[in-house]
Amino acid sequence: MTSASAAPARPGWIGRNAARVEDDVLLRGGARFLDDIVLPDALEATFVRSPIAHGLIRSMNLDAARALPGVHAVLAFTDLRAVLTQDDIPLALPAGGLRFDVNPTCLVIHEACYVGEPVAMVIASSRRIAEDAAALVELDLEPLPAVVDPVEGLEPGAPKARLSCPDNLVAKTKVDYGDVEGAFAGAAQVVARAFRLNKGGGHPMEPRGVVARYDEIADQLTVWNSTQMPHRAKAMLVETLGLAEHQVRVTTPDVGGGFGTKAVFHPEELAVPAAAMLLKRPIKWVEDRFESFTASIGEREQVWTVEAAFDADGRIRGIRGTLRYDHGAATPYGIALPFNAATNLIGPYALPAYRMDIDLCMTNKTPAAPTRGAGRPQGTFVMERLMDAMAQRIGLPRDEIRRRNMIQPGQMPFTIPVKQRDGSMMVYDSGDYPECQRRALEIAGWDDFPARQKQAREQGRYIGLGLTNYVEATGRGPFESVSISIGPSGRIVVSSGATAQGQGVKTMLAQVVADVLGVAPESIHVVVGDTSATPAGLGAYASRQAVTAGNAAYRAATLVAEKAKTAAAELLEASVDDLVVNDGRVEVNGVPGHGKSLTQIARALAGTPGFALPGNLPPGLSASNDFMTSGLSYTNGCHLAEVEVDPDTGGVKILRYVVVHDCGRMINPMMVEGQILGGVVHGVGMTLFEWMRYDADGQPLTVTFADYLLPTSDVVPRIEIHHLESPTPLNPLGVKGAAESGTIGAPATIVSAIEDALRPLDVRITQVPVTPPQLRALIRQAQVAESAP
Amino acid sequence: MFDPRPLNVTVNGATVQRTVDSRVHLADFLRKELGLTGTHIGCEHGVCGACTVLVNGASVRACLMLAVQAEGCAVQTIESVAAPGGALHPIQSALARHHGLQCGYCTPGVVMTLLELQRESAGRAVSEHEVRAALSGNLCRCTGYQGMVDAALEVLNAPAAQS
Repeated sequence: MTSASAAPARPGWIGRNAARVEDDVLLRGGARFLDDIVLPDALEATFVRSPIAHGLIRSMNLDAARALPGVHAVLAFTDLRAVLTQDDIPLALPAGGLRFDVNPTCLVIHEACYVGEPVAMVIASSRRIAEDAAALVELDLEPLPAVVDPVEGLEPGAPKARLSCPDNLVAKTKVDYGDVEGAFAGAAQVVARAFRLNKGGGHPMEPRGVVARYDEIADQLTVWNSTQMPHRAKAMLVETLGLAEHQVRVTTPDVGGGFGTKAVFHPEELAVPAAAMLLKRPIKWVEDRFESFTASIGEREQVWTVEAAFDADGRIRGIRGTLRYDHGAATPYGIALPFNAATNLIGPYALPAYRMDIDLCMTNKTPAAPTRGAGRPQGTFVMERLMDAMAQRIGLPRDEIRRRNMIQPGQMPFTIPVKQRDGSMMVYDSGDYPECQRRALEIAGWDDFPARQKQAREQGRYIGLGLTNYVEATGRGPFESVSISIGPSGRIVVSSGATAQGQGVKTMLAQVVADVLGVAPESIHVVVGDTSATPAGLGAYASRQAVTAGNAAYRAATLVAEKAKTAAAELLEASVDDLVVNDGRVEVNGVPGHGKSLTQIARALAGTPGFALPGNLPPGLSASNDFMTSGLSYTNGCHLAEVEVDPDTGGVKILRYVVVHDCGRMINPMMVEGQILGGVVHGVGMTLFEWMRYDADGQPLTVTFADYLLPTSDVVPRIEIHHLESPTPLNPLGVKGAAESGTIGAPATIVSAIEDALRPLDVRITQVPVTPPQLRALIRQAQVAESAP
Repeated sequence: MFDPRPLNVTVNGATVQRTVDSRVHLADFLRKELGLTGTHIGCEHGVCGACTVLVNGASVRACLMLAVQAEGCAVQTIESVAAPGGALHPIQSALARHHGLQCGYCTPGVVMTLLELQRESAGRAVSEHEVRAALSGNLCRCTGYQGMVDAALEVLNAPAAQS
């Protein structure tokens, strides 16, 4: 306390580990996820999906399927087209670099372009019958050569992933600033590396799903969608079904995880509502896990060749190279992802010159779109591996080379001459990168590690310590909305265009509003993810909701508090300046009990026929705010991992994992740490386990959790999290996003540690995930090379 | 294809008599026939553990067991762990306290797994290694498992639990 004379300050809610308002019902099994929605008269759908990666439909015989008892309809594209305004699903994110449009369609028209692409839709009285009928659909496809590898697909003479396109180079873009040629011409040292990062996915534990009901009498379509972006889903439906805004409501039930998978508008999200309109019956479709492996977006597959030029003292002069990216078979989202990868490469370092040529290769694989990290883990991986390579080349410690290249806190805001999507330059707003690394090194015992490592090696054990620094652009705009309303019931209702998939968005918003209105968060009713509750909104992507919706809630709550005080001043015949809002009441400061409850004020402001409103204020104790961002707020972090490698099996065990994290001011540190923990573990999966594999014909090989491995509790380390709090100047709360940051740092950190552990063998890792057989092979090669005369 | 079979089973203490299609698995039976939607389906191939229930006290993946195989058995689901509106089970409240859940989709399966571990440990102190081994059959994409592990250690190693 700085002022002893002030009234005892109520404990604010911002910054506290408030209990989550979401938990009770989830713990009891009483939540309502998508598949828990049961509508009377509803039918269930399943999709017939392409069994091959590339082929033309010769014929499709639906008769046997249609004849099965219990089947209501079997629909091909032409059937659904009757209720659609256009063939394709519009591009969600416009992009200048696109060379041709390959927008998805809700069902294949002629040419199937990946295994799992929906070709026909079966609607029956139950999912079981629908699946029986789907097996009776006779689909005759003429197989075409498939493009599987994003490098081979760009070579001359490669087969075409889509016959209608001139080639597979769906987009070409670049990052280019500074005198790159000059940087290399005058460099004391140049290191060159090539990396391949393989395909992985979001894999929320609840797969996707849609329930749609068309009400003929009201002429309204209601869609329950397990999505991160209900407002965009609504916009897509309005456009493709030719409806007006008031005719469509998209609402999210409880959503069992998203991680980017549920941000993109997928074909089924149009097919199910279209079919519900066509058949005039409610229809439910719930994705099964095989479908989620083949029909849900993923990403990560990138092939990089890079060179770094640097001075004799380790200062970086420039980086150049190429990034080839697996775009998949369609463009559901635009081309932001590889651009994120290339720009996040820069990280917390002053990079004077940089050119990265980015080629997006269309392939006959499931379309790629942002998944937790959205390309940034790959870019950070490349930069941090280059840092280690540079350090090794000139014999400098890995921490020192980073320190020498870091942007200093006094240089903030730091502008990087890269133009972003909205036309603005990349600007790091705040952060103390050297201090972040210093603390992480101290906590992890960096200085003592060489001695421990030496001791371990004497015992035949290979332990290593890895290090990574990174940034993340968070809080992407342009806006998010929050409305707060207190009606005569006295209930505080907060509605927002934000959406929740487990992050604790309701708790976060309730805490911010509770802080301003001096009430308990659990007394606030939060409505998110419902287009009927909030006309405009964007939803969950780019680690943005605490930044955008959090600040909108703060401003709206402040407006409500001001209005309550103005009205109370009138009712109490007191001066506004003498009033305080506390514990759900507006009271005269220093006169406890002399005041009006928010409920009383709300009743007064609700209006009485013929009577004036208090102070002639506009009616209603409510306020709205659209928080518009003025730039991206950059979260940063430093990760250290200690690993042990078993040279006989190639197995990697993470012994210790330390994160020092700076996402500015924290609204709920417990939930921030939850985001970091989950993010790091997603990154552990990306580095050691998760690999969506395809064979040479484009057949997916990993379509169960027995083949595609998610990290489990017995292989995940305890993660130690520490915080710096450098508030961003870009928003009133000073908050930055935290949802993806953990994932961004993990792959580079773990691989740095593995290489450090195997330093005596000089094993160089060029590919993730690092599976035991691959690492064993690298170790074997090194051992053979070492024993050779 | 419809192969109706009689089924007599006790679910959360109540006797249930139904006729079910022989191919319906236990998770679908609980969810669709009995409306017990707290048991979640995550993979339907027995790996993710979201559908974990207790059958005669032992954890079972309800997606890998046919409903008819539960004939004569006692099935316990998440809905029975705390009385409606009543206090949460200590494992449930510890999960909230330690942020051992985020989206909550895997949570019912996690609770059932930890109830089994609690019964098996019977008041004996458990190690973090044991807890992690027990939870290794429950996939969670949100939490990184740490909060669940801490919740289990707190409840299972509480003095009262060991007395």
